[in-house]
Amino acid sequence: MKIFRALSFALALGVAAPALGLAPAIASPADDTLTAAFGFQLPTLDSYYAGGREGYLLGLLAFDALVYRNPNTLEFEPLLATDWRQIDPLTLELDLRQGVKFHNGDDFTAEDVAYTIAFAADPENKIFSPEKVVWIDSVEVLDPYKIRIKAKQVSPMALNYLIQIPILPARYHAAVGKDEFGQKPIGTGPYLVARGGGNTVTFTANKDYFDGGAKSVPAIGTLVYKTVPDVTTQVAELMAGSVDWAYYIPNDLADQLRLNPDLAVTNAETFRVGFITMNVGNNPSPDSPLLDKRVRQALNHAIDRAAIAKALYGDSATVINAPCSPFQFGCLTDLPGYEYDPAKARALLAEAGFADGFTIDVYGYRSRPVADAILGYLRDVGITGNLNWQQYPAVVKARRDGEASLVIDDFGSSGIADAGYILSYFFAGTSDDLVHDDEVTALVEAGNTSIDADVRLEAYGDAERRISDEAYWVPLFTMPINYVAKGSLDIPIPRDENVEFWRAAWK
Amino acid sequence: MSSRTALAGYVVRRLGMAVAVLFTISLVSFFLLKLSGDLATSLARDSSGAYVEFLRRQYGLDQPIVVQYGQWLGRAMTGDLGTSFYFNEPVAALFAARLPVTMLLSLMAIVLALAISLPLGILAALNEDRLGDRLIQLFALSGQAMPVFWSSYLFIIFFALQLRVLPISGGASFAGLVMPALTLALFTMPALLRITRAGMSDALASDYVRTARAKGLRWSVIVTRHALRNALVPLIGIAAVQFGLLLGGSVVVETIFAIDGIGYFSWQAISQNDFPVVQATVLVVSAFYVLLTLAADLLSAWIDPQFKLGRPA
Repeated sequence: MKIFRALSFALALGVAAPALGLAPAIASPADDTLTAAFGFQLPTLDSYYAGGREGYLLGLLAFDALVYRNPNTLEFEPLLATDWRQIDPLTLELDLRQGVKFHNGDDFTAEDVAYTIAFAADPENKIFSPEKVVWIDSVEVLDPYKIRIKAKQVSPMALNYLIQIPILPARYHAAVGKDEFGQKPIGTGPYLVARGGGNTVTFTANKDYFDGGAKSVPAIGTLVYKTVPDVTTQVAELMAGSVDWAYYIPNDLADQLRLNPDLAVTNAETFRVGFITMNVGNNPSPDSPLLDKRVRQALNHAIDRAAIAKALYGDSATVINAPCSPFQFGCLTDLPGYEYDPAKARALLAEAGFADGFTIDVYGYRSRPVADAILGYLRDVGITGNLNWQQYPAVVKARRDGEASLVIDDFGSSGIADAGYILSYFFAGTSDDLVHDDEVTALVEAGNTSIDADVRLEAYGDAERRISDEAYWVPLFTMPINYVAKGSLDIPIPRDENVEFWRAAWK
Repeated sequence: MSSRTALAGYVVRRLGMAVAVLFTISLVSFFLLKLSGDLATSLARDSSGAYVEFLRRQYGLDQPIVVQYGQWLGRAMTGDLGTSFYFNEPVAALFAARLPVTMLLSLMAIVLALAISLPLGILAALNEDRLGDRLIQLFALSGQAMPVFWSSYLFIIFFALQLRVLPISGGASFAGLVMPALTLALFTMPALLRITRAGMSDALASDYVRTARAKGLRWSVIVTRHALRNALVPLIGIAAVQFGLLLGGSVVVETIFAIDGIGYFSWQAISQNDFPVVQATVLVVSAFYVLLTLAADLLSAWIDPQFKLGRPA
């Protein structure tokens, strides 16, 4: 539907523009305002109840976490915590920054951290994503600027979760309660919420934002979060100059906007990767061709992943050979993988007794063009895919029930820059594990239960090698997105979709 | 039986039918939504199995489906439509906050559509099969043939990008509602125009109009008092259905123009798997339809002296 509409808009523009002498406007940065378009409303101004990417962005703008992940280097940097150390396998000690004030003037102290974690961990409070705190057993306040966080079990991904825990002002939050806090949020972040609600939320720069952390005082005074659900309308707004920035612009529209000298289009990576899962160990039919490793290898050889990636996701998309994002800690980037070689695929199928090919059920839910391309490549080597195009939960159910032989899927790892996250989801013996390979499960478990980086790298690396050798998946490619900004706007492009608006400036 | 008793009986029968229709719709939509898959899985997305279980318990999705429906229905009867997964606020309050802008937009659209279709429909009937009639019918045909999103984009290009007289999106100001109202009016107009033309054409060819002419009544009086009054009966029914469609169904237009109304709210709920909102939207929009149809029937009964209350059309 979106593509159809995008094409219609392009066509309408093509019909109307010459007749109308259409020329894009150039908006002026004179009002010191950056207007950014987003596809979804902020459901609340409390980032604990605002889900998805927009909620996370709210956490970055108005709030601060203890630790920050640099969106370019993906290294952890000090924010409200100035330093941290692992005291024992379960305990993380953090030194807190002094002199930081919340937007209402309250001092930030260790009590705020303890309050925040206690609030978020209380099931009664039903926060949107409790996953980021469920690993925490207790918080010990050693002094106003030193705390210890004790984990329930060894949690090597603790810092990845800590970056997602915005610190609340204990006194104010307790006084007003969570409902009013959602209307009038107070954080320590580089932006204050000036006006909120509905389709437009206005943030103003926090001129008193503290120095020395990973974030800074915003260069542009006002940031307007404008909800424009339709991507084609976003494009029109960009052309009219009523919006300065947007992302997730589809490739076909982005290509048109590249012709506009007043706009800058950037195709950039994300953590999201595409892949095909194969039912090898989740009660597959005894005569499933996928039980033969040669068939699985044939599927890997049959698909020209690079061609699909470039055509549908842009130049930044890269083919992956490991079952994870190349940006994640512990994800191998030097696995040889399986090159595109349909002749070899046909030979492997013949060797496995499928010289005439076979028919197999293929499930998918997100990108139909990707699915169509994959089915085309499979057909070339004699494999006929019966496509079952369904809603996400229905596809997951079919996979868990062992009914979905092949699933064309993708995974964003909830923004966690650690291969342990995706490996744990798909290869740790859970209901989403279609392989149930004891060796892989043990390796993933070994990586998940150590805080020693070398031990983890080795364990995850060995797991990925075995997954690749056994061809348990067809890893496809990374899935970049397009950012479009006014040419006069200097705004950094992240590798994890978390845009640092405070670093944006007019040229 | 007095006409008042007949009317009361008719209203009671129609209200009873309305409740039965709403109950059936709520039942069917509840179970259809459940068939679309596990909501907890859908909400959890990339998160782990433990989180899915947590969500299932949190939202009562671990209960048997009949129990879930019973609980939902019990609460809905008291006006509690549940809490939005996405907004974490009562659905009824979210709905109420968005209803005014959709109401205003729908009213603007239907008034605009009637303002176009009524005179054009009459004009077409008066010039039946002549050039004027053909041109008006062509205009109606183009309105009907043009998909709503296409006309939306054309208006955006013309009014916002070229003339720069209207904002592209947002319903906070009156100016922001002009393009969406125009689009919806263009979409609604053809059916109204055709029904007006057909009704007028039949009326003008009827015996009572011939009699009126023979009596020497002025032509304008014949057209407005006699012919139009009869032509309005089917028009009211169609206009009510179209208005119901606008109230609940302007999903595409509200989404394209970023109008924070019921249509966009439903689209967002579907995108975010916000089950309580989707379920409530189906129920409330159905209620709009049922009530508008009822109102149209009663209005038709009032206008049309031939309308038999015991045998409504």
